[in-house]
Amino acid sequence: MKPRREPLIFERSRPGKNGASLPPLEVPETIAIPEALRRGPIEGETEVTEVDVARHFTRLSRRNLGIDDGMYPLGSCTMKHNPRLNEELARLPGFAAAHPYAPEALAQGSLELMWRIERALAELTGLPRVTLAPAAGAHGELAGILMIRKALEKRGNPRKVVLIPDSAHGTNPATAHFAGYRVQELKSNANGRLDLSVLEAAMTQEVAALMMTVPNTLGIFERRIVEIAKIVHGKGGFLYGDGANFNAFVGIANPGLMGIDVMHMNLHKTFSTPHGGGGPGAGPVAVAAELAPYMPVPVDERNGDGTFRLEYDRPDSVGRLRSFATQFGMLVRALAFILSHGEEIGDMARDAVLNANYIRARLRDVYHLKYDSPTLHEVVFSDRKQAEKGVHNGDIAKRLMDYGFPPPTMSFPLIVAGAIMIEPTETEDKGELDAFIEAMRAIAREAEENPGLLAGAPYDTPVRRVDEVAAAKNLILRWKP
Amino acid sequence: MKFLPSSPDERREMLAAVGVSSIDDLFVDVPAPVRAPGKPALGRPLSEIEIRRLFGELAARNADARSYAHFLGAGCYHHYVPAIADQMLYREEWLTAYTPYQPEISQGTLQSIFEWQTHIALLTGMDVANASLYEGATALVEALLMASRIVKNRRKALLDRNIHPEYLATVRTYFHNLDLEVIEAGPEELEGLADAGTFAVALQSPGFFGEVRDWGLAARAAQKSGAVAIGVVAEAMSLPLLKPPGELGLDIACGEARSLGVPMSYGAPALGFLACRDAHKRQMPGRLAGQTVDAEGNRAFCLTLSTREQHIRREKATSNICTNQGLMALASNIYLSLLGKSGLRATAIQCAAGAAYLREGIARTKGFSVPGRGPVFNEFCVKTPGPAEEIVRRMAERKILAGVPLARWFADRREEMLVAVTEMNTREEMDRYLSALGSLA
Repeated sequence: MKPRREPLIFERSRPGKNGASLPPLEVPETIAIPEALRRGPIEGETEVTEVDVARHFTRLSRRNLGIDDGMYPLGSCTMKHNPRLNEELARLPGFAAAHPYAPEALAQGSLELMWRIERALAELTGLPRVTLAPAAGAHGELAGILMIRKALEKRGNPRKVVLIPDSAHGTNPATAHFAGYRVQELKSNANGRLDLSVLEAAMTQEVAALMMTVPNTLGIFERRIVEIAKIVHGKGGFLYGDGANFNAFVGIANPGLMGIDVMHMNLHKTFSTPHGGGGPGAGPVAVAAELAPYMPVPVDERNGDGTFRLEYDRPDSVGRLRSFATQFGMLVRALAFILSHGEEIGDMARDAVLNANYIRARLRDVYHLKYDSPTLHEVVFSDRKQAEKGVHNGDIAKRLMDYGFPPPTMSFPLIVAGAIMIEPTETEDKGELDAFIEAMRAIAREAEENPGLLAGAPYDTPVRRVDEVAAAKNLILRWKP
Repeated sequence: MKFLPSSPDERREMLAAVGVSSIDDLFVDVPAPVRAPGKPALGRPLSEIEIRRLFGELAARNADARSYAHFLGAGCYHHYVPAIADQMLYREEWLTAYTPYQPEISQGTLQSIFEWQTHIALLTGMDVANASLYEGATALVEALLMASRIVKNRRKALLDRNIHPEYLATVRTYFHNLDLEVIEAGPEELEGLADAGTFAVALQSPGFFGEVRDWGLAARAAQKSGAVAIGVVAEAMSLPLLKPPGELGLDIACGEARSLGVPMSYGAPALGFLACRDAHKRQMPGRLAGQTVDAEGNRAFCLTLSTREQHIRREKATSNICTNQGLMALASNIYLSLLGKSGLRATAIQCAAGAAYLREGIARTKGFSVPGRGPVFNEFCVKTPGPAEEIVRRMAERKILAGVPLARWFADRREEMLVAVTEMNTREEMDRYLSALGSLA
């Protein structure tokens, strides 16, 4: 059944309806605010009941696809199952109704939880400390680069350049810019890897850091990572590891042993906190010992007597990056997820890599694979074969929706023209993967036999193809009374 | 319990299709020296029962707003979240969906963002709002960076000293490497200090210490100097009652909207917001949901103006942020829609009336005083006899979280604390607060 259209909540509004449920005012209604600073009723605000709200948001929800509807193959986004226990834990009153400025003696549960997840992430990264401050991956990148900058300032010169491979996420260059650095892009070689001679030539005394994603956005692990780290360190730079793809090797390989000095992790990827239609995220950053003094404040610490505290007085810190301490509610979920897997967390990466390689093996005869290097948790095809018939990756994406699947990540990484980036994660079994593979194969056949069909897709979604160009040209960003 | 749905047979079948004999063969590119030396020291996988037990014990070591009379604020307030606002978040279509980059399968999320943008525009009196930002402090940073794009080639941001100290500290961190300067001043000094080098003037109301300010102070300073006027709101519950920044000539409103439907959660996830005038909408950072049509001409929604964002513009992007607070904005949209025109105002009135009652009572309590002179909304400063931390500790013994000591941020203000009241505080609680306080002096 195609879900029906739903008006805006403002269009459902009728004068005299009321959905609020408040006790009577028990104190005098004396408000000592001058009339000049007060406003009247907000014209246009809603007048609806709980029934309206229940219907409205349930109907709207049916116009979305989530991970429980089926595989969500968005490459680089690690759309895995979200365990429901974790949602309940985050809502325990001791967590959800805890105030960030409650006296420390009365917040020991929160502080111990922070300390526990820091220790777990330190164990998994092989790096001694982890700042929990960043609100998302990109925020973590900024924290990481600012710490590098501070360490270099302490050595006498913050330097000017950050090196970034051309396969990187767009957040990397944006982050480097906001930390005051100029970006220099490094070209990948024919195997989709970083070329060591290119790196050696670029790695001067002006380079603060190399930011690299491990494995890279093609899913390829840089097998010469140790040499890469040596080249960077040899010139006094730092190696920044973008941990967006940590799901590929967590529990199996160790960023500390790779020579990585800083690595942010996306708790909403590897550690399964829900994506929520676009946040909240959380982006803790693991750091080498040299960088630990520069972590943003506050930092969770354990006292000699086994209690915990937040430390604010850290003279070398890069400073504050946000209000309050951390994305606490996301830490609750992520720690529960880590403890669910415990020392066997590597099995998660193993199944994620097997699943991606199975898709690669089953689709490579119908979709072009630009790089033949072994890949881990994701696989990047392109639309080259289909483009001969005038069918592009965007059309394949839209048609896949008619088969009930959200599309893979399209047109990224930028080094693959017409990229189709697929990441199944470990939370799909063979049956679910086969359903996706069959849909992709059927679309490849349609592209051969009836390319016009794809140009008009999707047909069975709540709305047909959406005109995004018109949206940007004639900006309508709100309803008006 | 691990979340691995494949059976051993399925793994064997998949390995055969790939053409390798074990999963470890797929990690051929991962060199031996970087392999983890053994299993991580994380213990055996725990069951649901064990995890529930452990987390229950941790949660029980926190003092929470359900087991204490709660008067803490300072940028994080204990407001009621109606049952439906939270229960709706459990629906997998909301909870587990990705960022709505593919509009045809994301109309629910996109329409909800569009509605929330409308609510925020109405509340702030601005023309448009974005899809949310991380939290209040980074929202102010983004507003200031936006101002520096609107008024180019100026270096100075003039910031009200009464802005939340953690917001100010965050601005200093971001500005440190961007060749931008922060000048802090009292609200009355803004107009005098604004000059041709100033790109932004920012004022917070209610201020961090509780006083309600006239947004006109920022508007006039900005007008005089050609700068962008920014209104900062750390307690969004004040917006239904107080004249909003948009009505008094400000260009941008930003801050923290967590009070409108999102629990405290020891500080975050929270809900940053940013709204502005029509003229500046193309300079807004972050995601935006826009209205358009589909191929059949039906109304549809999609993310728009993404050419400003990092995945397209890379180092030239307006911001490095890659996410909003989608689920929090949904909760807030549900909250705002449900309470609506009359409920929001009634809630704000309960907060203000409760604060007036408690403030008057504390002013009458021997040994205590309320130093602020201006009008307040739901929070105020209290002068304590002796260190405020000690007062708070002793009140906590009586199951009352009495306030937030200012010493956390201001070493020279050890004998002051902030006290906040919301619709959650009953008169009985406030009377208990007053008699407990009286017994301490």
